Amino acid sequence: MKGNEALVHGAIAAGCKCYFGYPITPQNEVPEYMSQLLPKVGGVFVQAESELAAINMVYGAAAAGVRAMTSSSSPGISLMQEGISYMVGAELPGVIVNVVRGGPGLGGIAAAQSDYFQAVKGGGHGDYRTPVLAPWSVQEMHDLMGDAFDIADRYRVPVVVLADAVLGQMMEPMIINDHPIATSPPKPWATNGARNRPKNIINSLYIDPDVLERVNLRIAARFREATEREVRWEAFCTEDADLVLVAYGTAARVSWTAMEMARAAGLRVGLLRPITLSPFPAPALAKLAARVTGFLVVELSLGQMIEDVRLAVEGRVPVSFFGRTGGVVCTPAEVFARIRELL
Amino acid sequence: MSESLTQVFAPPKSLAPGPMHFCPGCTHGIILRLVAEVIDELGVRDRTVGISPVGCAVFAYDYFDFDVVEAAHGRAPAVATGVKRALPGSFVFTYQGDGDLAAIGTAEIIHAAARSEQISVVFVNNAIFGMTGGQMAPTTLVGQDTTTTSGGRKLLEAGNPLRVCELLATLDGPSYVARVTVTSPAHVRKAKQALRKSFECQVKGQGFSLVEILSTCPSCWHLSPLDALAWLEEKMIPHYPLGEFVLRCG
Repeated sequence: MKGNEALVHGAIAAGCKCYFGYPITPQNEVPEYMSQLLPKVGGVFVQAESELAAINMVYGAAAAGVRAMTSSSSPGISLMQEGISYMVGAELPGVIVNVVRGGPGLGGIAAAQSDYFQAVKGGGHGDYRTPVLAPWSVQEMHDLMGDAFDIADRYRVPVVVLADAVLGQMMEPMIINDHPIATSPPKPWATNGARNRPKNIINSLYIDPDVLERVNLRIAARFREATEREVRWEAFCTEDADLVLVAYGTAARVSWTAMEMARAAGLRVGLLRPITLSPFPAPALAKLAARVTGFLVVELSLGQMIEDVRLAVEGRVPVSFFGRTGGVVCTPAEVFARIRELL
Repeated sequence: MSESLTQVFAPPKSLAPGPMHFCPGCTHGIILRLVAEVIDELGVRDRTVGISPVGCAVFAYDYFDFDVVEAAHGRAPAVATGVKRALPGSFVFTYQGDGDLAAIGTAEIIHAAARSEQISVVFVNNAIFGMTGGQMAPTTLVGQDTTTTSGGRKLLEAGNPLRVCELLATLDGPSYVARVTVTSPAHVRKAKQALRKSFECQVKGQGFSLVEILSTCPSCWHLSPLDALAWLEEKMIPHYPLGEFVLRCG
């Protein structure tokens, strides 16, 4: 199954009832499959007139208390930043999938990781962060959708799933579990009609700075709670490693092969793969920094996640970088060559 | 004594008690009240979700006594689409000004109308950006003085004012499109009738409707409330004729 198709199955299994989207390569299979599958489970598919409209339709459906999502690729995600910021301000859950392609501008349609800053550091205006999940396989394209919806509802926040063109287009065998379709938790705050209760308001406007500060602190406190409870990563061969590669998504797959090549050559190399880019697995990296000789960050960009790795390592050991940009996917041989330089 | 008195007039249940912040002579207050009255009369208050805009009517969520979602500037029709599609049994309307609907939100309103979304749109046109202090709106008349068209809007520099009802009437999507005003008791009654038609259209599942209401902005027009009413009738109505432009419901 293709990654884009897997995420549709994952979203529907997670109880997604509304999908709003606009075509853009390389994620077009998502709206195409959604338009066919969602109505069969009583859901709603709407092809919006723009990404701006799509994210605001998600905003409306989320306000109504329903599990809703959209997907796009980099240029379209830029257009959605307004709506994502409003969702955070209005404390609305939802899922936004970015099947990342190369940028800036119209860029290209090949796989890239150049939207890390946008996804992880906020993206839209205002003082906020959103949780960001990074799948690295077709299986995870499916499985992480359930986690994304759960985290979104638990912390009343939009969650970004940061994939890329390789993960979206790649075909892999996968297991679809037989779990019943999930249901969203009760949402007493939803604007679904003031029947036998006082009215509800979904809003992100707070004219009084003291009030807005309180709201921002409340949102930040929930994100802090997510930082403690939701941070996830996967470590390979780090127990005895001198050098630890740090990579997510497609770059992590390439790095895994490079690690195998290094191990075969007798080099003690490990890999740490963040699954949550936000919250970032900084404690795991800090722990490793106490005993490894260095880190090598591998990204399909000119170096974005490396800033968070350096913040986690706090200068205790060198943090090196290897990356390709513009949609060029680095090869295991290239990464292995860089490992050779460092060890 | 009191037992023999019968209450014949009361504020609508859909309007929350308390003052509104609008300037003297602004007609937003009348329009909000009409919306609340019609919702009461149709008995849909407990399944209503209103969408308030960015602009002078942003605090509509405080003035109405039913569920309200505050939307980003221009995006109310998209937000309304999300609510209505998620909850098809709900009654959903947007309340938008001319800066919100006819400038930044042009794409959203046209496509909501084209899809014939089952929503109602209350479009308040006062020919100016009121909340931000009186800048040119897409609906500003040629020659009208604003803070960004000092000396009057010039056709060649700033373009023509947009007629939203006429524009939407070219589409097959809308079921009801009308333009009214609230400058006199007679006009207020007609405006309420138009809102009722629009809201009934949605309740009956007959599709998209929009009622444009020509409104005053004495503060930004630099006119007294009475002069503002006269200016609306003398200047705005000739450019924005009143009437029903689409009538495919009932």
